[in-house]
Amino acid sequence: MVSFLRFLINGISLGSVYAIIALGYTMVYGIAKMLNFAHGDIIMVGAYIAFCAMSYLGLPPLVSVLCAMAVCTALGIVIEGLAYKPLRQATKLAVLITAIGVSYFLQNTALLIWSSNPKIFPSVFSVGSLKLFDGNLVITSETVLTIVANIVIMIALTLFTGRTKMGKAMRAVSEDKGAAELMGINVNRTISLTFAIGSALAAIAGVLLCSAYPTLQPTTGSMPGIKAFTAAVFGGIGSIPGAMIGGLLLGIIEILGKAYISTELGDAIVFAVLIIVLLFKPRPRSTTSSPTASPSSPLSPARR
Amino acid sequence: MINSGMMTRSLKGQMIPICVYIVMAVSLNLVVGISGELSLGHAGFMSIGAFSGIIASAWLHGALNVENETLRLVLSMIVGGVFAGVFGVLIGIPVLRLRGDYLAIVTLAFGEIIRNVMNCLYFSLEGSRLHVSFNNPNIPGTLLVNGPAGATGVDKIATFTAGFVLILFTLLVVLNLINSRSGRAIMATRDNRIAAEAMGINVTKYKMMAFVTAAVLAGMAGALYGLNFSTVAASKFKFDTSILVLVFVVLGGIGNIWGSIIAAALLTVLPELLRAFADYRMLVYAIVLILVMLATNNPMIRSLAGRLFRRGGVDTTAQGGGADQ
Amino acid sequence: MTQTTHKKRMLDTKMVPAPSHGIIPERDYYSTPVLEARHLGIEFGGLKAVEDFNLIIGKTEIAGLIGPNGAGKTTVFNLLTKVYQPTMGTVLLNGKDTAGMNTVQANKLGIARTFQNIRLFGNMTVEDNVRIGLHNQVPYGMFTGILRLPGYWKQEKKQHEQALELLSIFGMQDLAGAQAGSLPYGAQRRLEIVRALATHPSLLLLDEPAAGMNPHETEELMRNIIKIRDQFQIAVMLIEHDMNLVMGICEGICVLNYGRIIAKGTADEIQANPVVIEAYLGKKKEG
Repeated sequence: MVSFLRFLINGISLGSVYAIIALGYTMVYGIAKMLNFAHGDIIMVGAYIAFCAMSYLGLPPLVSVLCAMAVCTALGIVIEGLAYKPLRQATKLAVLITAIGVSYFLQNTALLIWSSNPKIFPSVFSVGSLKLFDGNLVITSETVLTIVANIVIMIALTLFTGRTKMGKAMRAVSEDKGAAELMGINVNRTISLTFAIGSALAAIAGVLLCSAYPTLQPTTGSMPGIKAFTAAVFGGIGSIPGAMIGGLLLGIIEILGKAYISTELGDAIVFAVLIIVLLFKPRPRSTTSSPTASPSSPLSPARR
Repeated sequence: MINSGMMTRSLKGQMIPICVYIVMAVSLNLVVGISGELSLGHAGFMSIGAFSGIIASAWLHGALNVENETLRLVLSMIVGGVFAGVFGVLIGIPVLRLRGDYLAIVTLAFGEIIRNVMNCLYFSLEGSRLHVSFNNPNIPGTLLVNGPAGATGVDKIATFTAGFVLILFTLLVVLNLINSRSGRAIMATRDNRIAAEAMGINVTKYKMMAFVTAAVLAGMAGALYGLNFSTVAASKFKFDTSILVLVFVVLGGIGNIWGSIIAAALLTVLPELLRAFADYRMLVYAIVLILVMLATNNPMIRSLAGRLFRRGGVDTTAQGGGADQ
Repeated sequence: MTQTTHKKRMLDTKMVPAPSHGIIPERDYYSTPVLEARHLGIEFGGLKAVEDFNLIIGKTEIAGLIGPNGAGKTTVFNLLTKVYQPTMGTVLLNGKDTAGMNTVQANKLGIARTFQNIRLFGNMTVEDNVRIGLHNQVPYGMFTGILRLPGYWKQEKKQHEQALELLSIFGMQDLAGAQAGSLPYGAQRRLEIVRALATHPSLLLLDEPAAGMNPHETEELMRNIIKIRDQFQIAVMLIEHDMNLVMGICEGICVLNYGRIIAKGTADEIQANPVVIEAYLGKKKEG
């Protein structure tokens, strides 16, 4: 029973990290309608930046995290502007291959800079840990921090998209790019902003992930990235609370699956969940997939 | 002179992998270029082909006393192709119901599941009996496939001739398929799914045809690859391998079969020749991948071409095409 | 070939004259109508895009479907070709209920269409586009194709000849090797018609066939539509905004507004119908 609780808490902790990554995925997918395959690698970059700031520059953890966020935000905007923006009208195949290219670019650049030797990530916030059931159940401060950070981020994002002008612009763009543009919303800037926010979140996720699993390698981000995408799909892509619930569920499924079914098959279980979810989820919104020329678009009668 | 001699030797060692990667690239191009669906799990079929081929080879030798290595190699490659084809059908049924990004990510997931499961499987041969176990290395007989360590003590019966013949076979299958009624139907589903359906073409059937054919060819290539090394681990067929093959396809030109051959051959040989740049290899691949995509999808070039050929209708069709995906 | 089978069917169905279908031409009275839509309708999230659509089209009739923008004309085509599954009513094709069928099955039952926004296979040649239309007419399997068995050569030859013959309707046989996407706009529209004809339909749906054509091209198109009807003995239903074309060749016209049929009749009847005039004039005021 205690061991189950331990797995459950580990699952929630891991799931919270997935949730934060999934938030970035879901926002970008919702607005740019593209699968940013490189999102997982931005996590890795964030973790390396924080690692360098702490280990080499001796900066305090909080400042290091802010550094990582700043670098990742800039990185996200640059990637979007250089690699994705020119492909707005291209096929999904082209965009996805480009995103894979970006992912490999980040991984191999990290490999050249930091080498493939794993770095041991220092503990970010070690305030001590909570011991329950005569020390059988240990809840570390990192676990608590991860869960708290997840909740804070989700509330902040919900408020941002619901209350602020920029947030409303983001929602408008995700609904209908053309209409949003006609309403005077700068679509390109809104998409850049989304990448910026998603990448900043990825930096936080990177630090939290490496606090819990302290080996840092150039490939650290790719698997959690794909799993977080699973979480985003699980919760309904484009939905902020959905990403959180999906992330938490996926984290719990992974940890419990590893504990009770098979350690080696942990990833396979997560991917099986992805396949099942994708196959049985309700069809995505089909507003844009009308087989006829869109009669609703105010621009269409003018052509011809 | 010494230098060139060494180069030739290393090239000789590369000949069979080059054949394998050419077949992998051509078969993936059938899925990505001809049927227009991005598959990120092609290495999974290679893996199935490799292990089933290795087991078949050992079984043919141990149980049926097939001594002739060529016969054994051919039969093993057929077995590898059949197994990969069966998995192609099993995976294709759910996968091809999806479209676009989701389809790509599910093929990735299947590729990873195959690798994960292979890491837990143990096969052994006791006389003529084949034993299989999951997560338990204690099975009777000699171990053929040893979980995470993969296949060990493989009889290296792969030959360059077999590789060359496999390339010819692949080209025969893929090119003849493309230039037939079925191939045109596959390309029709790629170019415009809705129009293809209106013409009475069963989209799922033809997507499946391309997917399974590619899986069979990848399985045969995998068997050849597996029988070229004394040890083969499942980790050899991870996601990176799928991406590497995709890089060949993209650089050779999506949908261009001959381009795939050239790209696969050059990019397998080049790193051997340019040892000094080995560290930068994947980085260069990544950059080239992005640049090729940006160049071939440049909206300036596209709209220019569109304006030349059609009056005004370009944007509509471009958007309509995007919405279909 | 189509003609003979069709004649046979005409002879087989010696029935009593059907009750007046309203606009069905007299020569089609003795045969099962090619299309019969009964109370057809579809709802998109509570919005009734098409409602209570009743229409009968005779074996060799040329019918027109007109109406203001957004009236639901293309939606009707999508319902008839099963791109959308109707939420209400039924569609009978040559007397067979199409309930539960998909687009592919509807096509095999004899309905083919063109698209308002051209949907050619732009990267392929003109001939290959027609060959794709002929897909179900020259059946041979995947292995026959890969192994190049005798069946492959025979069927490919047959397909090639049929494709050129179809292209010659519009005098396009010389363009067979050209890339479809590079054709001028009018030729693309004509190619779409040829491709649809290649599936050997008994009902051909044309969605704005004259859009983007100049008056000369439109006139030629009118002659060709009649030629196609006469040569293949099939029914044609077309959506068109060019009233000269509609009034010139359509034997029966159906007017749609806000998803409902507001009038049915011959060209003269429609032109004199006050409801139709109101629907169009009302639209003009808005615009």
